[in-house]
Amino acid sequence: MAEIIRRDPRLERIARNRLHPLHQSLCGAVQEVRGPTGILRKDPRAAGFIGPNGIKRIDRSAASGPVAGMRGQRIGGAKADTVSELPLHQIPNPDFLVAAVLDLSGGRLSSHDKDVLGQARLLAQESGAVVGIVFGDIKETAFDKAGVDRLIHIDNIDGATLQGYCPELKLAALEAVETQLAPRHWLFPDSVQGGAELGRRFAARLGERPAAQAWQVDTSNTICRGGSDRIDIARQTPRVLLLAEECALPVDETRHEALPISIEFAPLKTPLIEDLGPVNVDPSQIPLAEAEFILAAGNGVRDWDQFHDVAAMLGATEGASRVAVDDGFMPRFRQVGATGTWVTARVYVAVGISGAIQHLQGIGQCEKVVAINLDAGCDMVKRADLSVIGSSQEILAELRALIASRQGDTSATENADATSGSNQSAKEGTTGVQRRVA
Amino acid sequence: MSPKTDSTTVVPNAVPKLAVLVSVGQHPKSGRTRRADQDARAVELGMRMSDQQGLRLIHAGDKQEPALRQYLGMGLKSMVVLNQQQDSDVVPALVKHFNSTATDIILTGVKAETGEASGMVPYLLAEQLGWPIIPRIADIIRIDGQEAEVLQALPRGQRRALKVRLPFIASVDNAATAARQYAFGPGQRGDLYGANAENTPDKTRVEWSESPARKRAKRLNIVKAKSASDRFKAATAKPQGSGGQVLKDETAKEKAQAILDLMLAEGVIR
Repeated sequence: MAEIIRRDPRLERIARNRLHPLHQSLCGAVQEVRGPTGILRKDPRAAGFIGPNGIKRIDRSAASGPVAGMRGQRIGGAKADTVSELPLHQIPNPDFLVAAVLDLSGGRLSSHDKDVLGQARLLAQESGAVVGIVFGDIKETAFDKAGVDRLIHIDNIDGATLQGYCPELKLAALEAVETQLAPRHWLFPDSVQGGAELGRRFAARLGERPAAQAWQVDTSNTICRGGSDRIDIARQTPRVLLLAEECALPVDETRHEALPISIEFAPLKTPLIEDLGPVNVDPSQIPLAEAEFILAAGNGVRDWDQFHDVAAMLGATEGASRVAVDDGFMPRFRQVGATGTWVTARVYVAVGISGAIQHLQGIGQCEKVVAINLDAGCDMVKRADLSVIGSSQEILAELRALIASRQGDTSATENADATSGSNQSAKEGTTGVQRRVA
Repeated sequence: MSPKTDSTTVVPNAVPKLAVLVSVGQHPKSGRTRRADQDARAVELGMRMSDQQGLRLIHAGDKQEPALRQYLGMGLKSMVVLNQQQDSDVVPALVKHFNSTATDIILTGVKAETGEASGMVPYLLAEQLGWPIIPRIADIIRIDGQEAEVLQALPRGQRRALKVRLPFIASVDNAATAARQYAFGPGQRGDLYGANAENTPDKTRVEWSESPARKRAKRLNIVKAKSASDRFKAATAKPQGSGGQVLKDETAKEKAQAILDLMLAEGVIR
């Protein structure tokens, strides 16, 4: 909404006339004066006041000075400039489509996904539309700001849900998109989160030769990294692109429509690969830098046995602050922070860590931080997404009880399954691989 | 890093016919040719799964390449080399080979260490043979009859069990057991059988140009601040969230429940 400046000639006259009886009360220290064309006029002598020593003092903090909007009183959208909406980019009838298949690890757009969408936006130019294709459960809400003009969300095909590992279902879905929409380009993130695999399956199915690890792409030419990152290959831009990280800047200056598109699916063939679910991995064996879930202890932890116990029950990798390591409670390779390991966990639980700047740097890439601390004013609480103020010992004890009751429930149901005729647990016994509980 | 499943590998009575596709690798810094790391892990996995009769090493390329002897130096007697020119597409020759030779499992590395290294060979083989492919496996848990259970390596050190019917193709991840050392003498004594195979020239690749890898520019933190004070804040501010939920006066149980709910919502505990 346009801002309308209403001028009041009488007040302006009073403001110009320093001898007017109302002058002082109206504009004691008004700094903003608009000229007749709306240009901002500043009176350099008007700023500040004479201090007690006879020296002129200018207070530049916005706290003082009655800046009553006496000159140009803004009408409508008084707060509009603080939350500026990005311009909406609309493509009602796109000439062609650029499909970007997104990883959406953990249900949210990763930075790699956003780079891929930025690249898709570049390839779509002005007249094309970017089709984002996502599978399964999504938690992401900001597809419009990431540059998705059209969104295809596939969570089941013929009643078969896209949960867990189902590359054949996803491939069937992409083939349906290909036959119905025929996008000009197919973009995949070349990532271990699934994009690399799906892109290669799809390229093999189409018989297209993809550009793998492509890092500089325009509409005609592509440069991709070759083996061992030792060569660059320059080639024409193919239909299927497997994009390296940081291939393009993410979209951040426009909003897009993210209009949903529905797709019809052909009947499915029975998949040849069956997902048996995740396998328990000893969390202490996972390197700290790539652990997904870290329970970290600091100076506030008193009961170390309890801490190790809770970490084991949660299946979390243990971390520590520098103090805990220096005091000898934790080994050096567990230290998190600038002098230790820079971690990338999705969930980081800091127990009794107040958050030195070196520690906060080390957890800069963590998505969700939970703080358990006695001090509500510490830096870790400011950083955390969920802060719990209280004794760590009590809260860990409650947490342990909750997990124990949960695991009691789930193992009870599992036992019931086992006795009702499935020989799953017997098989597990022979292989020695334990399925994750529930 | 491999989880404790090594001791559980069960070699079944009927020995499966394994084929391992090996390529010529290169040292990432010096560029010297060597055995490729992931391929050597695939050979290691194959040697643990099968005996000398059941395991075949296959290379499509030049028989004279000395680095191939490093695979034989791991304790294998022989290797089949499908003779290919430098500029040939190896997939048709491999497809023809596997169509004529009974094979249960093909193991490969995830991607080559030289050349285009697109990692497409296992996928193209799977597509043209009509077999399922499982990328990035860490181990084969067991093989019985017509089915196999494999352990797939996921990012962040996680593992997933998959069941697949034979025959299948699997690419072996860096998370698999490290390859054993090779010995020079047995490597020289091993046999490299050259087999004549059709040569299909790779026409697409002729148009490409290769150059030494350029260093990529590091992405800078772009601050799109409107005012000087915003820019100053962006340059100096501590990494802080926008202020999360703070639980202060609740009971310890409610606090613990809140933490547990967050963990469940994020899917880190199941």
